[in-house]
Amino acid sequence: MNTSVLAMPARHPAAIIALLAHHRVLATIGVLLVFPWLMPNPSVASTILIYAVFALGFNFLFGYMGMLSFGHAAFLGVGGYTAGILIAHFQLRWWLAIPAAVVLAALVALAIGVLAIRTRGIYFAMVTLALSQCVYFAVYQLPLSGGENGLRGVNLDQVGPAALHISLLDPHTKYYFFLCFAALAFGLVSRFLASPFGGVVEAVRENESRVRACGFDVERTKLLAFVLSGAICGLAGALSAIHLSSVAIESLNYETSGLVVMICLLGGMGTFFGPFVGALLFLLVQDLFSLWTEHWQLYVGVVFMGFVLFFPKGVWGTLLEKCNVQ
Amino acid sequence: MDGITFELLGLQLFTGLALGAIYVLLAVGLSLIFGMLTVVNFAHGAFFMVGAYAGFSVYRVLPNFWVCLVFVPLATGTLGMLAERVLVRPLYGRGLDYPLLLTFGLAYVMVELVRIGFGKQGFPFDTPALLQGSADIGVGQFPLYRLFVIGVTALVLGGLWFFIEKTSFGLIVRAGARDPHIVRILGIDVGRVWLLVFGLGTGIAGLGGFLAAPMQGISPEMGAPVLIVAFVVTVVGGMGSLVGAVAAGLLVGVVESLAVLFFPEAAKVSMFVIMALVLLVRPQGLFGRAGLMN
Repeated sequence: MNTSVLAMPARHPAAIIALLAHHRVLATIGVLLVFPWLMPNPSVASTILIYAVFALGFNFLFGYMGMLSFGHAAFLGVGGYTAGILIAHFQLRWWLAIPAAVVLAALVALAIGVLAIRTRGIYFAMVTLALSQCVYFAVYQLPLSGGENGLRGVNLDQVGPAALHISLLDPHTKYYFFLCFAALAFGLVSRFLASPFGGVVEAVRENESRVRACGFDVERTKLLAFVLSGAICGLAGALSAIHLSSVAIESLNYETSGLVVMICLLGGMGTFFGPFVGALLFLLVQDLFSLWTEHWQLYVGVVFMGFVLFFPKGVWGTLLEKCNVQ
Repeated sequence: MDGITFELLGLQLFTGLALGAIYVLLAVGLSLIFGMLTVVNFAHGAFFMVGAYAGFSVYRVLPNFWVCLVFVPLATGTLGMLAERVLVRPLYGRGLDYPLLLTFGLAYVMVELVRIGFGKQGFPFDTPALLQGSADIGVGQFPLYRLFVIGVTALVLGGLWFFIEKTSFGLIVRAGARDPHIVRILGIDVGRVWLLVFGLGTGIAGLGGFLAAPMQGISPEMGAPVLIVAFVVTVVGGMGSLVGAVAAGLLVGVVESLAVLFFPEAAKVSMFVIMALVLLVRPQGLFGRAGLMN
């Protein structure tokens, strides 16, 4: 779809962007298909893709619903540890381990959500942060989790029937394996956003009391959005466990929660493609600065503050605004 | 439950109070800033850490604990005012999330700057000679320094109460928390009040960091776990309520140190259990948010 658009140079760029925005899932998948060939190596591309899925789940809650959670590391971590433990300790097949990770992350999101949704606004950020720290301590003490050393030996070399020889040892194959799940996540979020439920989600961000007055059940909408968001972050965690063959306890740390907030804001909250742009920029900036200084966090922090102050819409959001696309 | 005597319980209770005193110092500042400015200061833990490092560096040049005790809150408070003036102020009126995000970035920068200046390794910090040793508090010998921390916290809280309830500036602070518009219409520069309140809150956080240093040493990362505790305390006590911050801070400290005695593996989780219970029963916190010092 998007290639035929690009073949018409006579059209206004804004019209092209508008058309791409209309077919956002196809356009996103199109970019993601060629993406590893534009990166220095496909392993970096996989990392960025996984962070993009993580930010996609977070953005659904923060960007579209306006609820700032500082506890999304919990879902990434639970997803990662579930898939990791099932594969490493129980030799479970990947097509069972990954869905199990998503389901468990969704259940943890349900438990945290039930409590956190009783609070609003700023309270919500603090409560999600505190509860995710609680998950951190719980997993830390779990005998199977490996404690401080993290979980190792999450080895998944081969997927699909043996006759096909789809080996994940090849980094490009691995990337496209992850892309299948990422595409699923992007499609799912797009579908949810286009549904009446998605309309209510965005309406809650704009004016919560009005939505309530219209007779919608705001609490249930919030909880459902929270669980969906957690499930997608759980998927990102499971993919990350397979990608790195390990799960670090730091993935549950509050810094990981902060990371996804940064990625989302950098890319453009409330935009469909923003999470991917944010993940790409964040990891490139981090890589670039860590090449010549070990204090890359300083520069990342300064860049982040600059975005909060001057470009709160993020890179992609500002770009869309310049091209007059909603 | 052999070996747990009344004395041990009493001592652990006091240990909890000393721990809680540090939490109270953080939570009070956080609550004060939120009550006035509706800003959740995610850099509060970083100011706590900077306070400890400021005291540490002055102590190296001028080994006098009491000078440090006065210098630290002034220095961190000034730094806090600078941050409010330059970074937070442009964000007023742009929604509640932006100041929160900005202070989150600020914490990142502050921690990294301290790492550049002092290295990634932490340092031990000796208890001043005068406060070493222990005192008999009726249930046994208790470290003198921890008693001192409880005492200083009580003094700071007393001073804060006097300042907010009995001075004319405190009246403006209370009025500003209720309705900044009317205060501005009455011809008062609310911006200056906000600046001072931010300085006051961060100054108290810095003092807390310095007081905590002899108990736990100092490291660039010391602010983060304590910030999470301060969040739990403000949620349990009720955002914007100083009484709530005090009560909840002491409660969390005592429960944590008693949990060490009875269920060591659950000690870290104990405060989250309290928070979950409070959220289920009283989502607005124990002391609601009916206004400052109320």
